[in-house]
Amino acid sequence: MNILAAPHIAATEEVAGRSLWQDALARLVRNRAAVVSLAVLAVIALLALLAPWISPHPFDDVFWDDIRTAPDFAKAHWFGTDANGRDLFARTLFGGRVSLLVGVAATAVSLLIGVTYGAIAGYFGGRIDSIMMRLVDVLYSLPFLFFVILLMVFFGRHIVLIFVAIGAVEWLTMARIVRGQTLSIKRREFIEAAVAGGVSTAKIIRRHIIPNSIGPVIVYVTLTIPQVILIESFLSFLGLGVQEPYTSWGVLIADGAAEMETAPWMLVFPAIFLATTLFCFNFIGDGLRDALDPKDR
Amino acid sequence: MADSAIRRAAGVLAAAVILAGPIDRITPAAAEKVLRIANMGEPETLDPHKTSTTIEANILRNLFEGLMVLDPSGNVALGVAENFSVSEDGLTYTFRLRDNAKWSNGEPVTAADFVYSLRRIEDPRTRSQYAEVLYPIKNAQEVNTGKADLTELGVAAPDARTLEISLKAPTPYFLQLLTHQSALPVNGKEVTRLGGEWLKPGLMVSNGAYMLDDVKPNSHIRIVKNPNYWDAAKVTIDAVVFDPSEDRAAVLKRYRAGEFDVLDDLPNDQLGWLRQNMPKELHIAPYAGVYYYALNTTKPPFSDKRVRVALSMAINREILVEKITTAGELPAYGFVPDGTANYTPRRVPWRTMSQAEREAAAQKLMSEAGYGPNKPLRFQLAYNTSENHKRIAIALAAMWKKVNVSVELVNTEVKVHYSNLRIGNFQMGRAGWIADYNDAQSYLFLSQTSTKQQNYSRFSNPEYDRLMDEASLTGDARNRAALLEQAEGILLEELPVIPIYFYVSKNLVSTKITGWQDNPLNAVYVRNLSLAD
Amino acid sequence: MWRYSLRRLAGAIPTLFVVMTVAFFMMRLAPGGPFDRERMLTPEVEANIRKAYDLDEPLVAQYGIYLSKLLRGDLGPSFKYQDYTVVELIGNGFPVSFRIGITAIVLALTVGGAFGTLAALRQNSLIDHAVMAVAMIGITVPNFVMAPLMTLIIGVYLRLLPAGGYGGGNLRNLILPTIALALPQVAYLARLTRASMIEVLRSNYIRTARAKGLPGRLVVGRHALRAALLPVVSYLGPATASIITGSVVIETIFGIPGIGRYFVQGALNRDYTLVMGVVLFYGSLIIVLNLLVDLAYGLLDPKIRYD
Repeated sequence: MNILAAPHIAATEEVAGRSLWQDALARLVRNRAAVVSLAVLAVIALLALLAPWISPHPFDDVFWDDIRTAPDFAKAHWFGTDANGRDLFARTLFGGRVSLLVGVAATAVSLLIGVTYGAIAGYFGGRIDSIMMRLVDVLYSLPFLFFVILLMVFFGRHIVLIFVAIGAVEWLTMARIVRGQTLSIKRREFIEAAVAGGVSTAKIIRRHIIPNSIGPVIVYVTLTIPQVILIESFLSFLGLGVQEPYTSWGVLIADGAAEMETAPWMLVFPAIFLATTLFCFNFIGDGLRDALDPKDR
Repeated sequence: MADSAIRRAAGVLAAAVILAGPIDRITPAAAEKVLRIANMGEPETLDPHKTSTTIEANILRNLFEGLMVLDPSGNVALGVAENFSVSEDGLTYTFRLRDNAKWSNGEPVTAADFVYSLRRIEDPRTRSQYAEVLYPIKNAQEVNTGKADLTELGVAAPDARTLEISLKAPTPYFLQLLTHQSALPVNGKEVTRLGGEWLKPGLMVSNGAYMLDDVKPNSHIRIVKNPNYWDAAKVTIDAVVFDPSEDRAAVLKRYRAGEFDVLDDLPNDQLGWLRQNMPKELHIAPYAGVYYYALNTTKPPFSDKRVRVALSMAINREILVEKITTAGELPAYGFVPDGTANYTPRRVPWRTMSQAEREAAAQKLMSEAGYGPNKPLRFQLAYNTSENHKRIAIALAAMWKKVNVSVELVNTEVKVHYSNLRIGNFQMGRAGWIADYNDAQSYLFLSQTSTKQQNYSRFSNPEYDRLMDEASLTGDARNRAALLEQAEGILLEELPVIPIYFYVSKNLVSTKITGWQDNPLNAVYVRNLSLAD
Repeated sequence: MWRYSLRRLAGAIPTLFVVMTVAFFMMRLAPGGPFDRERMLTPEVEANIRKAYDLDEPLVAQYGIYLSKLLRGDLGPSFKYQDYTVVELIGNGFPVSFRIGITAIVLALTVGGAFGTLAALRQNSLIDHAVMAVAMIGITVPNFVMAPLMTLIIGVYLRLLPAGGYGGGNLRNLILPTIALALPQVAYLARLTRASMIEVLRSNYIRTARAKGLPGRLVVGRHALRAALLPVVSYLGPATASIITGSVVIETIFGIPGIGRYFVQGALNRDYTLVMGVVLFYGSLIIVLNLLVDLAYGLLDPKIRYD
């Protein structure tokens, strides 16, 4: 690389740093699926948030005369009632709170642990990286489900512990990604150029490493949330979900699946909410990945 | 090039994997009558002396035959025993064995086989989990706990066809005990010769209507007609295949697709649909068991009898069985179900009150105990993971809410749940009990102080214990019944346990089957059935 | 390459060791034991049984006993299925799970790869979104809903295929469980293929190939696909381990006698020996598959060499 190019690169960096995000945003907006998904997701999240105020009935009240009844507008059971006579509209919305909370919180846990772990391993490299990644290898070799079940058994079924258990297993991939990103960015040509051009380490980290590594992390976070929600629903199917009277989409769907022929409303409504939410997260994640791809100019 | 080569290789691999691979012989030979039963679980073992659940019993009673069996209505009938006599004092039973009773390898079944088998189950080295069901036999408990030698067990074979069993005390239900799978005989020679291998198909020697043909763990158990069975001429079904799948909803779908002939249990939430669409195949009948909640009487709040009684009164059992469980169970106002042999069950003193009256009385009791709207009663209700347990718990919590009770529902998986019950780490815990034999003692012994671990509520009432002990030594049926009824009376006054309903058995039986009869122990002997084409 | 492989496998033994130790202690320390059930054992019988299984020894001693048996190849009898050893159970169950699993992977690769490629070639169009939406059904509808739904429609209503059971390996019994198992993988593979295909299609050497005037199909088929396969292979390595060891949902709902259920049921039943057996088995599979992935990388990416 010839020295004359150095100031040229410095100038380009400044411009690239600022418009990288604007570029990304512009690309994201062009992705119709992602935009629609964002809107739909916002609506669902709003519904879940406002659950206590929108629901005509409390989520744990038992209506002894309306057990397992189809949607009935007269009685304000818009989604019908479940096998214990509880209003499904309320339960679906309240279940949404739990599912979304678990999804976000577990992902946050895995993000926190994973980013820290991966960044340290990637930054220090060498022997420390080796040992840290060995530990990740070991944990990867444990069958994931078995591990989560054991954690749940140990720590009980409190909702906080559910998302800690899931997060504690999901961080592995996050750590690998962040470490991989850190390592690969360190080797990129423009970093070499920047170093050769005399740019300070701090500036390199700030202007190049972080913006370039956050992309995949954001994408992965957006794609982990639906995975976690799905895992929680699977745990509910096994009977390890959130404790009664609280519920989640997973619990509602697991109960509803058993009655798909005789009481389809028990399955259909929560399933629509779940599937839609998961679709949205996935489209947004894919859209973000497309948008943040630095090679796409 | 590499990519298409890879694709082609993958295709060949896939085809090879799909098409190759063993195909087991499950499809029957022409005109063979095969009964396909969904047994709802994989047996833990096929060794009659090491089993503990009905899943094994369902298979074993067709492979082996004991001294006594159950007839289609559930009454005790003669099995390998041709006749029997009981001594005056009720302590000695003498059985005469059929001379045409044979093992599947052609050898005759002798009294020595029964001596060997009864000794085997009580032998501590066998580590049998059900040995206590035969403790009425003299010295059985001592032998089983290592305090006496095997030869001291009260069984003797004076000759090849005569078996004598001596009891510790007169036990009116002893013949019933002999129908239990723990009393089934095994072929001593083969078991000693083969060791653990004797349980494998092709090696297992059995004396029942069927013998073991093919076993794949968690896949299927196939038994075929035993040509050496003494009554083989009457057995019309050639083979039985037991399937271990546990997901009731999935199994029901497979039945509807024509893959099963009998289902041993049904998902509760489909019962309404089944009543409408498959009424002829649906069989619901009283089952000898009680569903109850155990209360930990060692600590507050359930150390206070008033609280216990109040909670039991506040339950509307009729609504529960009508709307929540829907299987037609009978509400339990006592601990022993109707229909129990030689017994008139007691019922709680407040049985005749209306539900409104009961709720009012309950509230009164609670305020006497110091609880009310300003100080609501709070406790944890523990149950193990199951749709049914969950629905019942939610319903009861709602009912109790009406009398100012706040219940926290705690669902744990089955091992943790029973571990907690065992060590007393609970306040109120769901439990169930299926009787081993059709006698009140099989229910009432649970609350004796000497029952230790299974007495979850840790109920300890000296009068209760005295009555139960005396009953176990009484030979006269009527005196004995009176003693047991008195004991139940105490139990229902004190209510350390809250009985909720009596079980029903739920079966789905194909209309191609004749000879099926519901009975209180849900015991099915396939040799009594025939299969139309 | 052989030396590299051997070195890798030897280096993985400490990993297996740690895995085994973690699993062992977690299982034994969890509340509830294998003999806690509705019908309790009397204290004497329980003491007797515990002694026979060495459960009365201190935990570390139990660990030592297990280790010494393991080194002799003795994984012990199952606690729950007492007539079988753990080796027998895995030996009976794994071929079943493997068969369905491999078929599912091949199916998912083909379908997912096709979907992903199509979506990548028409990036951001309606086709892209529609194809990806269909591909994603596997990860938006939980499999414990899909499986019974398929069973109901195809097995019960239409009677086209058996509603469950393994049928001794009969092809007709494999179709539904394979599809149900493949569905989530179709989603992941479609997404992976699409993402990496997009990236590859923009790269320099593809532009060169196009500039050279090579036909589109050749560009995609020969050059792009091979490069795009790298992340797919990387994903499939560990994913294969969990797919071929079966899914507890699929096996439970379709009544398949595989080993997938042992991971969950084994843990819930506190079947110590069976759980240890499948955990070790799974760990070994992961190690072998990771090695295969790295070797495959060497084949696909000429920049990588192993010695």
